[in-house]
Amino acid sequence: MSQSFEEISAQLKKRHRRSARMKWMTMGALILAAVFLVFFISDMVVRGWPAFQQAQIKVDITYNEQSKEIPLAAVNETVRPLVSRGVFRTLPQRMESNPELMGTTKTQWVIADSPVDQYLQGNKSELSAEAREVVDRLVRQGRAELKFNTRFFTAGDSKMPELAGIAAAAIGTLMTMLVTMSVCFPIGVMTAVYLEEFAPDNKLTQIVEININNLAAVPSILFGLLGLAIYIGFFGVPRSSPLVGGLTLALMTLPVIIISTRAALRSVPDSIRHAAFGVGCSRWQVVRDHVLPVSLPGILTGSIIGLAQAMGETAPLILVGMVAFIPEASMTLTDASTVMPAQIFTWASEPDSAFAEKTAGGILVLLAVLIFLNALAVWLRNKFERRW
Amino acid sequence: MFFREIDMSTNIVFLLFCAGLVGLGGVAFVLSRAKATRVRATGTSMYAQPDQYGWFAVLTTAGPALLISALGAFVLLLMGADIPLLYLLAASLVIAAIGLVLGLNQVRPDFHARRAIESVIRKLLAAAAAISILTTLGILISIVGEALRFFQLHSFWDFITGTTWNPGASFLSSAGRGEDGGSAAQFGSVPLFAGTFMITLIAMLVAIPVGLGAAVYMVEFAPARVRQAAKPVLEVLAGIPTVVYGVFAALTVAPLVVDIAGLFGLEASYSNALAPGLVMGIMIIPFISSLSDDVINSVPSSLREGALALGITKGEMVRNVVVPAAAPGIISASLLAVSRALGETMIVVMAAGMRPNLTANPLEDMTTVTVSIVAALTGDQEFGSAQTLSAFALGLVLFIVTLTLNIVSVIMIRRFREKYRVNNL
Repeated sequence: MSQSFEEISAQLKKRHRRSARMKWMTMGALILAAVFLVFFISDMVVRGWPAFQQAQIKVDITYNEQSKEIPLAAVNETVRPLVSRGVFRTLPQRMESNPELMGTTKTQWVIADSPVDQYLQGNKSELSAEAREVVDRLVRQGRAELKFNTRFFTAGDSKMPELAGIAAAAIGTLMTMLVTMSVCFPIGVMTAVYLEEFAPDNKLTQIVEININNLAAVPSILFGLLGLAIYIGFFGVPRSSPLVGGLTLALMTLPVIIISTRAALRSVPDSIRHAAFGVGCSRWQVVRDHVLPVSLPGILTGSIIGLAQAMGETAPLILVGMVAFIPEASMTLTDASTVMPAQIFTWASEPDSAFAEKTAGGILVLLAVLIFLNALAVWLRNKFERRW
Repeated sequence: MFFREIDMSTNIVFLLFCAGLVGLGGVAFVLSRAKATRVRATGTSMYAQPDQYGWFAVLTTAGPALLISALGAFVLLLMGADIPLLYLLAASLVIAAIGLVLGLNQVRPDFHARRAIESVIRKLLAAAAAISILTTLGILISIVGEALRFFQLHSFWDFITGTTWNPGASFLSSAGRGEDGGSAAQFGSVPLFAGTFMITLIAMLVAIPVGLGAAVYMVEFAPARVRQAAKPVLEVLAGIPTVVYGVFAALTVAPLVVDIAGLFGLEASYSNALAPGLVMGIMIIPFISSLSDDVINSVPSSLREGALALGITKGEMVRNVVVPAAAPGIISASLLAVSRALGETMIVVMAAGMRPNLTANPLEDMTTVTVSIVAALTGDQEFGSAQTLSAFALGLVLFIVTLTLNIVSVIMIRRFREKYRVNNL
């Protein structure tokens, strides 16, 4: 057992090297996770950026009796194939509502057809060689260019990629989230208050607690099965509606809100409760006037995180039919509707490659909303969090 | 006739009902408080404040009325009867008026209004807590009920051990053309489970080392600045919706896998199992790292200090002291992660194949349980067909497996908690 000093110091060096290696390896794991994130975000930005730009063409539109009957005749035939068919479709309507247009010719910027858009974006395009020449000439004359795509934010879904927008899905998301939060926020907070402040510590309470923890880990798709069998099959809630989607997501979000609210309530020190009891408050008065106001930031933070989670959820909504094709947004709770992640899913499964950029564009919008919500939650937590 | 017209739009009836209820509640509050104030002004000492009598009267007015109308609506729905909503709501308003009188009657010096309110609130809160139990029951009933219907059509044994999943043929048999043996629907779920476990395995091979490594680094080695910067990165990763990961897997990773496999002379399918597995692993990294972070953080520092005092290096301390101490928590986190991977839907729906395929090669396309559930329920099948019902049978298996994993994980974490007396897990 006799080791020389040299041997021991060599061994020590080796041990320290191994320790350092461990440090670098674990650091590598963290860096790997960050690299994944950067790769992912940049991939989405590169893919999605074109969706915010759209090719437009300046054309002379002739409004007369003939073009009212045959809208295609309104535009000179060299550029006719370059203009989106959706533009022609709306011409008769526009002439109906503005009779003074009749008999005039107006030079207007109109939306170009999807292949033109793809060509100008520098992507693969099915545009023929001569059409490419026409487009190139138009670009040189300043009569065709990429402009900011406002339509993407104001229109509903369409079978023509150049006309499709995210607005209908955004409104669907809004309605669905309204239902979800108005159901699960009160119930979640009430449950948490009951379990933390009122419930006796008995078997029944323990079962409820275990049950809530399990619900939080149930795969989301099973909530879709529940929505399908119970809400739609049993209660007859209209399929595809924000009502059924919202109720399904509410059950899914409930455990998230309960767990975070309980944590917020638990972090309120007992001294506050004791002081309130000491001056004669009843239990409900203690909770209402002292515990809840103090823990409100924590509760809101948890709820916003739950909301963000529900907003990105797709699987249960597919099962209750919220992947409908919705060209017009509707603000009702019972009409067929779609939500942003479901819209992304629909676009992703379109074979037309022009929809790929719509998909990524929709993702960027959704991510922006979600990151905003999460940042809001973090900000709330940092601003109002109190250490006791 | 006037009522007929209102009956045409239930919205107006509903609004009128709400307005009536709010009005009655307001009247109840004002009257009771006034009465209590009067009584108190005579010098009689009362058990509660006038406001509390007021609120109690509001509860007796609105509570029974709401309860009756909700119960009535539920019964109407169950019976499918078409009794006009109007009568129900009118009856509720009458009950509200009766409640108002009763509540007003209770404004007596010897009545504990505050205690009464308290018990009502307590019951309300308990009812809210019961909803979570109802949710679980709802999941169980909906899934088990339909799954039993499925097992009446097809044997349980075939479902568990069969190796051919071919539900599409049930359409033929329902059209009366299923007699020729070849086209009978087959519901052997083994290939689905094989696919699910393959993708889960790939995901875990990515997520557990990276997630655990990141957690160890953040707790044991990282300076505070790095920690502060890294937490949000992982949180963003955790906040990305699964459908977005699905797009990423299908559009970016799957072609990448095909290209890389091509470099090695291997042929990969564009809906290979590797791409969704890898992306699912990325998705689960923050899940594992945040759970393990909490666990490693709550290993008592006395253990660390004791170990360091014996002269071992930091790396040896982590490997031989911290990680073994935190092992139950880490295993519990990994089990939860497995349960999440098994139930993950969007990534596999978008990036994995639709063809049930019993193979060990992750470069081939495989399908999973969740993909089959979605496929079975989004087709044009009628609800009672064997194909739609098979989704519920698969859901039942998924529920049982994930539930078992969750319970085991809870037991593990409890063991850890009791050993080190940590309360924040």
